[in-house]
Amino acid sequence: MDLVTEVRRGNLRAIARTISLIEDLEPEAEGLVDALYPYTGRSRILGVTGSPGAGKSSLVDRLITLERQRGRKVAVIAVDPSSPFSGGAILGDRLRMQTHATDPGVFIRSMASRGFLGGIAAATGDVIKVLDAAGYQSIFIETIGVGQTEIKIVELSDIVLLVLMPGAGDEIQAMKAGVMEIGDIFVINKKDLPGADKLLAEVEYVLSFKNSVQTAGREAEYPEGYNPILMTSAVHEDGIEQLREAIECYAGQIESSGKLAEKRRLRLERELLGILNRKVHELMDVHIEVSKQLPGWAERLYRRDALPYTLINEQIRDFLKERTGD
Amino acid sequence: MPKEIRKQKEEWERCIVEPLLGLHPERMQTFITGSDKPVERLYLPEGNCEEEYLEKLGFPGRYPYTRGVQPTMYRGRLWTMRQYAGFGTAEESNRRYRYLLEQGQTGLSVAFDLPTQIGYDSDDPRAEGEVGKVGVAIDTLRDVEILFEAIPLDKISTSMTINAPAAILLAMYIAVAEKQGVGKEKLRGTIQNDILKEYVARGTYIFPPEPSLRLITDVFAYCSREVPLWNTISISGYHIREAGSDASQEVAFTLANGIEYVRAAIRAQLDVDEFAGRLSFFFNAHNDLLEEVAKFRAARRIWARIMKERFQATDPKSMMLRFHTQTGGSTLTAQQPDNNIVRVAIQALAAVLGGTQSLHTNSREEALALPAEESVRLALRTQQILAFESGVTSTVDPLAGSYYLEALTDRIELEVWQYIDRIEALGGMIPSILKGYVQKQIQEAAFRTQKDIERGERVVVGINKFRMDEEKPQNLLRVDPAVHRLQIEKLSRVKESRSASRVRAALEKLREGAKQDGVNLLPPILEAVKEYATLGEICQLLREEFGEHRETIVL
Amino acid sequence: MAAKKTRILIAKPGLDGHDRGAKFIARALRDEGYEVIYTGIRQTPEAIVQTAIQEDVDFVGLSLLSGAHNELFPRVVDLLAASGAGDIVVFGGGIIPEQDIPFLKNKGVAAIFGPGTTTRQIIEFLESPRESS
Repeated sequence: MDLVTEVRRGNLRAIARTISLIEDLEPEAEGLVDALYPYTGRSRILGVTGSPGAGKSSLVDRLITLERQRGRKVAVIAVDPSSPFSGGAILGDRLRMQTHATDPGVFIRSMASRGFLGGIAAATGDVIKVLDAAGYQSIFIETIGVGQTEIKIVELSDIVLLVLMPGAGDEIQAMKAGVMEIGDIFVINKKDLPGADKLLAEVEYVLSFKNSVQTAGREAEYPEGYNPILMTSAVHEDGIEQLREAIECYAGQIESSGKLAEKRRLRLERELLGILNRKVHELMDVHIEVSKQLPGWAERLYRRDALPYTLINEQIRDFLKERTGD
Repeated sequence: MPKEIRKQKEEWERCIVEPLLGLHPERMQTFITGSDKPVERLYLPEGNCEEEYLEKLGFPGRYPYTRGVQPTMYRGRLWTMRQYAGFGTAEESNRRYRYLLEQGQTGLSVAFDLPTQIGYDSDDPRAEGEVGKVGVAIDTLRDVEILFEAIPLDKISTSMTINAPAAILLAMYIAVAEKQGVGKEKLRGTIQNDILKEYVARGTYIFPPEPSLRLITDVFAYCSREVPLWNTISISGYHIREAGSDASQEVAFTLANGIEYVRAAIRAQLDVDEFAGRLSFFFNAHNDLLEEVAKFRAARRIWARIMKERFQATDPKSMMLRFHTQTGGSTLTAQQPDNNIVRVAIQALAAVLGGTQSLHTNSREEALALPAEESVRLALRTQQILAFESGVTSTVDPLAGSYYLEALTDRIELEVWQYIDRIEALGGMIPSILKGYVQKQIQEAAFRTQKDIERGERVVVGINKFRMDEEKPQNLLRVDPAVHRLQIEKLSRVKESRSASRVRAALEKLREGAKQDGVNLLPPILEAVKEYATLGEICQLLREEFGEHRETIVL
Repeated sequence: MAAKKTRILIAKPGLDGHDRGAKFIARALRDEGYEVIYTGIRQTPEAIVQTAIQEDVDFVGLSLLSGAHNELFPRVVDLLAASGAGDIVVFGGGIIPEQDIPFLKNKGVAAIFGPGTTTRQIIEFLESPRESS
């Protein structure tokens, strides 16, 4: 089948197969992504992150329902870490979204981090393009926000939802400053648990160095440039409509102010840089087989038989000589 | 340990054991129980004997009930022999019940199919393939009438393994008894009605925790007034053990669920001594004989203390942990099924030595299918031989005072308290379940056990040791697929002959009651079932009012 | 670390809620390097098939202990074929009598793993080369 045509037609199998080719780093993937690229740019990309157990999947599940009620097609990419020991993974996020499994307007894909060189962010970025070209108007990327890799994933989004829950103790500290920095909308889920108000106060304090305001009104009214904070309970379906409105409102604001365009341009810069770095590395790898050589180099350095920069510069010089000699 | 005994133990180890080990080492480096806990070579008296005895053991029929809840136990009355049964149509199940009663069974135990347990009628698309398979299919009162045809409900006690729709099945039972001319005040039996364990170990929940607890406490209140001889709940550890927990976890999570139910009832303005005497429990009888006996004794002692100290119960009945036991299904093998007969006998012995009030013994082929008549008869005979030939019923709590047993009992009790404290720290059982704490404990234990079996460290005879090629078992019971069609036909006949307007009115009344907090739902449910409203119709209504629970915890 | 992974969907069709075995297999397969999508209990055949397609799995493992396998396993196989995903290999486990295995295989279930199956046996099946259908 002609994958590009089929993806654009919304053929689920084609979309899924194309995503697999990207994940598996198959050579055809590049061509497919480029062929689909002209048809991208219409989706809104929402990153959803936060500590495990905060209820991200349940929240996304409810948001999907609201989006579907408005006739919008929704896609979800749920990212989970691979086991560092076996390389395998258990991908269970979609369990909380399975009521949408048979809805033709919803596409859910679970992705494992797989220890990609350069992080899974690159693959996820390409997967987003496929779903964009396939016509999914809202694309959620869901990931646990506890490290640098996850921050990279979340940087792929137009709007980042940071989901917290009460009772997790010193969670704000545990969240690296970087994660709090990139959050656009802050959601305190499981608001019925004790400690919700305390958490709200903590979040407001941390955000007091930015501008933020708690909003839970019927209309998401808050000044431009402010980060909304919402209290929800996904399980009780409480506050979800307000969250959706806050997202709409925020999205409208960053669109009209030009901030979204700026963000997307920056993202494309990062993406191109990523591709460049990867390609150069791949190119050198063909000639030098970096991963095979690395232990040997490290051994020489360890014995003080070599000098770090000199060693690498030599390798690069030899590589360039070989290349120009072609 | 008393000084002189300790001194001599050390000398014995030095002079007799060590030299022997040099020549004849023991069979394994470490010996462990079925729950992976270490077992010492020898157990000896610990501590101050007399005071400790009176505090920890005492006397049967008296607080803390460690040695049994009745003073004479099986000398006074044997446990109820209650084989779980049910499959296909109500007609077929009725036949099996009458057969078992003829063979000397002393109480009924009803198994329902999955659509019934989850509140779907047999004609619901979700019932596809499931009708009548794991139990009897019940759609309306008509089925229950057939189920108990020619069975006098004033003479027989009936246990119904039904949870989310328990109130509805209880209402149907009451309605059938009424038709037999038997008043509710005479009815004896149990409904399992234990929703909390469904969320972590069995999966047949319908509604979320809060409204489920409301239904449960409605049953407590209704029965304490109208059906006083009925056991309103069977707080279960059996399934938790089957899901992979160890013995201490089985007791801990069961009793923690019990605490939650008592709290819910008190919140619903019930006085503890009003309902607590009718709480009953349901445990597993697993492989490690002595650990299981210890487990039952520890459970009694702990529950008594919880009821007395935490809930200030004053009626002794409120402090007595009465329980039903089933031998562990997950210990049975599909390979060499006759071995299962032996396993069940040992497990049944554990339950009896542990003082169970009623007992179900599994049949030889249950790892493969529901049991054939001969197999379930043999399982019943196992109990009868234990009761009449083995002699263990001649005295109460015969193993008490065994150093090993008392050490095991104490150790299990300690571990159980640790789990209960942890759960309290998390805010109680419901937060613990919603956070996945309970599920995680169970899954970790299950994973470890299975890995041990696959590595051969835990022997399962016929699976990883003493294997053989064998003929596949023949003549296994099969549920006739025609059951589905028959049930659908029966259902549509009932729907034709009932009064649609009266059903509607009764359901509307139920809906109104469900919307309000203080209304006991048993009376409107009773009215609805008498008009032949279907189980699916009632549950669908409650789903609309209460919502549906969804699984959230993965692994 | 090689990028390509074998993806397996472990699903429980029908109303049966006993998930101890399914969860064990999911975890054991993860430990052997597979990517396992686990969707929990009470999945309809339709949901299982849509999930299998979206996740582009290589295998679907169905776990069932309630006796509804003769109805539900073939339904999953048929729906996969009807959706153009007949190349996804379906296997099953749980309480399934020997007598039913020929019927199920005839209906397109590639293997059945009964009680007493080890992880090793399942891995061997997953890794054995397959005829392309």
